[in-house]
Amino acid sequence: MKSPAFDYIRAESPQHVFELLAQHGDEARLLAGGQTLLATLNMRLSQPGLLIDIGALDALRGISLAADTLRIGALTRHVEIEESALVARHAPLLAQAAPHIAHRAIRNLGTIGGALAYADPAAEWPACVLALGGTLVLASSRGERRVAAQDFFQGLYTTAMAPEELLVACELPCMAAGEQQVFGELARRQGDYAIAGLAAIARRSGDALRDVRLAFFSVGDRPLRARRAEAVLEAGPLSEARLAEADAALRTELDPFADLTHSAAAKRQLAATLMRRAIATMTQAPAA
Amino acid sequence: MNTPDDTPKRRVSVQVNGTTFVREVECRRHLVDFLREDCGLKGSHLGCEHGVCGACSVRLDGEVVRGCLVLAVQADGRRVETVETATPSRRLKALQDAFVEYNALQCGYCTPGMLVAALDLVERRPQADRAQVRDWMSGNYCRCTGYHAIVDAVCAVLEQQRAGRFADEAATEAQR
Repeated sequence: MKSPAFDYIRAESPQHVFELLAQHGDEARLLAGGQTLLATLNMRLSQPGLLIDIGALDALRGISLAADTLRIGALTRHVEIEESALVARHAPLLAQAAPHIAHRAIRNLGTIGGALAYADPAAEWPACVLALGGTLVLASSRGERRVAAQDFFQGLYTTAMAPEELLVACELPCMAAGEQQVFGELARRQGDYAIAGLAAIARRSGDALRDVRLAFFSVGDRPLRARRAEAVLEAGPLSEARLAEADAALRTELDPFADLTHSAAAKRQLAATLMRRAIATMTQAPAA
Repeated sequence: MNTPDDTPKRRVSVQVNGTTFVREVECRRHLVDFLREDCGLKGSHLGCEHGVCGACSVRLDGEVVRGCLVLAVQADGRRVETVETATPSRRLKALQDAFVEYNALQCGYCTPGMLVAALDLVERRPQADRAQVRDWMSGNYCRCTGYHAIVDAVCAVLEQQRAGRFADEAATEAQR
């Protein structure tokens, strides 16, 4: 279908964005890469009166390293993360995840900021940022504030952002020595929405795992840390019995929605499979 | 809300296949409608119109995008290439020939998008194996062929390229 009519303004600065948001309120939508917004407009799922194109705000673009923090500007496109040497070195989880995001043509325009602000529970970046313990940088006419990923994702397409705020970047701690990052996703076809997905991080310590962080996506209304399974995995040396215990704990704490093709039980099963695969990958990798 | 009689418009200037088109367009007009209706270039097809099927694939500033998920006003001042590209590319001609030879199309509706995606692959991933071809082309739907013939055709051109057939012609992307 064709989108309903709307007006369009290319914002010249963050200040310009704040003024337009203040003036137009809920009638306005921010346009970044547009790979979700324009599809929903063509489907007539939404009828904003104005699109504020933030694509020319170059200060929101790019990947940089400062001390032990990787900063990714909100307008950085998925393909730039996929091909970044800084990301491959300091947050390889993101480099593993990027190829799972839709298809090349979508990754060429879609942005990480758009994906984080939209907070689709089936999206890869929110789970990655949660697993990495990242921070979201939000700006408004009152200045900047920082929100931990744990507090940012609040439900289905719902975040801690206020209507007048602009997501400008996410900040991620660099991978620590001995840390392992593994991404896994199951979909019916390359590039489709995940049936279940996992961003997993841990540190190897002899035959045990420490600092385990398992962030699942597409199994709830937001990306979810599996804290019970993490606790089981951290409690002692890895063994078949410990994995079985973590598997059982995971199934008690996940409460996924069924979708058209998969029951809640099937999603739990797939989540447990992803966890076992991630742990296997970590333990098979040479110790750092 | 804006009514159809009162739909906001902008003047845009877009370079398409080397020619600059200046047109007054509705803000809501997406790039494929702009190409087909305002520029008279019917090569890019409109399938699902919400970013799923890939029939509308074109290159924007040298990178493959979904033409239905870009607004004409966003393309203002930028460069677009369609399957009708003015640059004579032997790789594109080889892909077209291979699509015929391998029966990689039946109705042909998806073919312009397939060719644009395949050309990008041949230029950017010259070492791609069959699995990587399938991944790269996964964003383009075909309802006739069952895909194997399309993958065969793309793999055949990759083989020709590795055998040096286009050695005297830089990838169009590299020429910029």
